[in-house]
Amino acid sequence: SSWWSHVEMGPPDPILGVTEAYKRDTNSKKMNLGVGAYRDDNGKPYVLNCVRKAEAMIASKKMDKEYLPIGGLADFTRASAELALGENSEAFKSGRYVTVQGISGTGSLRIGANFLQRFFKASRDVYLPKPSWGNHTPIFRDAGMQLQAYRYYDPKTCSLDFSGAMDDISKIPEKSIILLHACAHNPTGVDPRQEQWKELAAMVKKRNLLVYFDMAYQGFASGDINRDAWAVRYFIDQGINIVLSQSFAKNMGLYGERAGAFTVICSDAEEAKRVESQLKILIRPMYSNPPVNGARIASMILNTPDLRKEWLTEVKGMADRIIGMRTQLVSNLKKEGSSHNWQHITDQIGMFCFTGLKPEQVERLIKEFSVYMTKDGRISVAGVTSGNVGYLAHAIHQVTK
Amino acid sequence: MATSIFAAVPRAPPVAVFKLTADFREDGDSRKVNLGVGAYRTDEGQPWVLPVVKKVEQIIANDNSLNHEYLPILGLPEFRANASRIALGDDSPAIKEKRIGGIQSLGGTGALRIGAEFLRRWYNGNNNTATPVYISAPSWENHKSVFMDAGFKDIRTYQYWNAAKRGLDLQGLLNDLENAPEFSIFILHACAHNPTGTDPTPEQWKQIAAVMKRRCLFPFFDSAYQGFASGSLDKDAWAVRYFVSEGFELFCAQSFSKNFGLYNERVGNLTVVGKDADNVQRVLSQMEKIVRTTWSNPPSQGARIVATTLSSPELFDEWYGNVKTMADRVLLMRSELRSRLEALGTPGTWNHITEQIGMFSFTGLNPKQVEYMIKEKHIYLMASGRINMCGLTTKNLDYVAKSINEAVTKIQ
Repeated sequence: SSWWSHVEMGPPDPILGVTEAYKRDTNSKKMNLGVGAYRDDNGKPYVLNCVRKAEAMIASKKMDKEYLPIGGLADFTRASAELALGENSEAFKSGRYVTVQGISGTGSLRIGANFLQRFFKASRDVYLPKPSWGNHTPIFRDAGMQLQAYRYYDPKTCSLDFSGAMDDISKIPEKSIILLHACAHNPTGVDPRQEQWKELAAMVKKRNLLVYFDMAYQGFASGDINRDAWAVRYFIDQGINIVLSQSFAKNMGLYGERAGAFTVICSDAEEAKRVESQLKILIRPMYSNPPVNGARIASMILNTPDLRKEWLTEVKGMADRIIGMRTQLVSNLKKEGSSHNWQHITDQIGMFCFTGLKPEQVERLIKEFSVYMTKDGRISVAGVTSGNVGYLAHAIHQVTK
Repeated sequence: MATSIFAAVPRAPPVAVFKLTADFREDGDSRKVNLGVGAYRTDEGQPWVLPVVKKVEQIIANDNSLNHEYLPILGLPEFRANASRIALGDDSPAIKEKRIGGIQSLGGTGALRIGAEFLRRWYNGNNNTATPVYISAPSWENHKSVFMDAGFKDIRTYQYWNAAKRGLDLQGLLNDLENAPEFSIFILHACAHNPTGTDPTPEQWKQIAAVMKRRCLFPFFDSAYQGFASGSLDKDAWAVRYFVSEGFELFCAQSFSKNFGLYNERVGNLTVVGKDADNVQRVLSQMEKIVRTTWSNPPSQGARIVATTLSSPELFDEWYGNVKTMADRVLLMRSELRSRLEALGTPGTWNHITEQIGMFSFTGLNPKQVEYMIKEKHIYLMASGRINMCGLTTKNLDYVAKSINEAVTKIQ
């Protein structure tokens, strides 16, 4: 008999399941709105020009393949920190931070989760917004933490339940950990306005909470890297020493290269060194040291003025296309004669949109129109093109009229 | 502001092998030699990007159909299949019977960690952190940390290196196998044992396997040097394949860091061999859950290079030639060092230098002698007396041999 007879079959991943079903569908009009990756207006993956240029530059340097340091490529981690914090940031200039390279957003979140499990003895509780990215919960759980929630999304209005959030956060026990999406909340696309961020910062300060920012869409949300990092920078300016995970999967299209970073804002540079030494102790038995390719590309882009400028233009281009599709979807729904209020589609930001569609309506969209999305009514706007937005609006109207 | 929550975080000691290289870099002495960290060096003392790797990177760069999309959670399918095939052999019955699976991982370390996490969750009950894990004495120092961080509470050593006779302590090893609690996990080095360079012979592996089968012990192979050790992929995989032929279910953590020179691309594969396809499928589905919360999906560049190489007969042959180049240079340095030590009349016996295999040699130097080598001779090696043969070149052989002779003569 086998050692593994009692091993259960793991449940299929809900999001991957959407793509599997999409692939099997033979309808020529089919749309995959489950995919969490950017697509151009032809529905194709997009390799940024600045990425291609960076790759060519890297190839010409004929570098070796020696191990990176455990904490990653220094030029990359420094540039990542500067990108998030801003070049004028006191925390950045004083060196009272540590940034280690992580395996994209997931790997960075996991390192941070493990670090808190080991060194943040005040609490085991991590408060996530309701809803949050599906993988947040198992990441923190596998790291040994417990999950709690605070109200966030209001399904009645398809927007932020700000008073609910503030109410819940005001009751979070002191020294708990609260996770916030820096911009382009996943899965809802609902972000607080700046005034609301200010109130949130005051509240978490009052409750003495440890703030964990997840920033996976800097630049990709509004098209402006500074605007998208506003909340992160504001919190730090208010004296809140946050921890932060960054991903370059979407904003540089480096998905499979796994470029990311985990940052701890510390009291001073000395503390940062101690924290760094412990992060390395966590990383070494996980994968020893990080992969070079994505970090080299990102570093080349961030640190080469011409490439950086080109990148900012390209990331704005991606964000603008998404914003354009939101606008077109709403106007097409109006043209179809829909009487519903679809304003949330253009109010929301980033790759994802919580349409407000119910599971039965989603099922009809899949079965009758071959429009694939997750059961919670989330669509990836990246999957919408000028060629199919009309069809999408038509389908949505049919199932909601 | 209140005291920082991190005020009490202590400064962790640096990882010894990297500190050694850092010290080496700062050393201004022109005679300095780095025999520390385990990476291949040419006879000019330089890192070596394999010619086949350069060629394949060019092929990849010129392929406009490629992009940077996410790989599947378990990795690039062509990589996983080819990597497992390399470990188990083209004609492996386990492959024919479809009772194997591969999980692309971040280097050998990543493969070990995913395997350890799986075993902690699913082996010998559910979430049984008490299952003893046995690691050779000595072993790669990171083995213990991997299993500890995966949650195992009872990590033990099994006898392996006999310092007096500078060889394998087979009897001690067999005794520990006999006395280990049933179902214990044993980390076995597939070839080129790190740090001793001392491997069991095929006959000795047979004895080890017999005891493990009888006592229901779980074999977890660490295969970081396949091809690199002897120059032959088959020879270096003999132990793993023997265990498979004996009907074991096992894990094999593979690294392509050394044999492909892809250190910083983090290319590894965890090969799972099970009783049948159904068991393996369920195991893979649970491996996915573990991968998803660790790194979501693995990096694509290194896996593409290896997959492209292994699936083309011409590129495969070219790779094999590159691997043999590295293995042959190491073998040459071994014989050259030994002959110089013997010619100098260096006290002690030095046949172990050529009898050991792979990148490392346990010289037998004690900590005081090692200190002498570092401080007086500016030759950097681990406190255990481990040297990386790749750090030797035709230019520094004489100096190193003379220095070892001095150290052993002057210091007891």
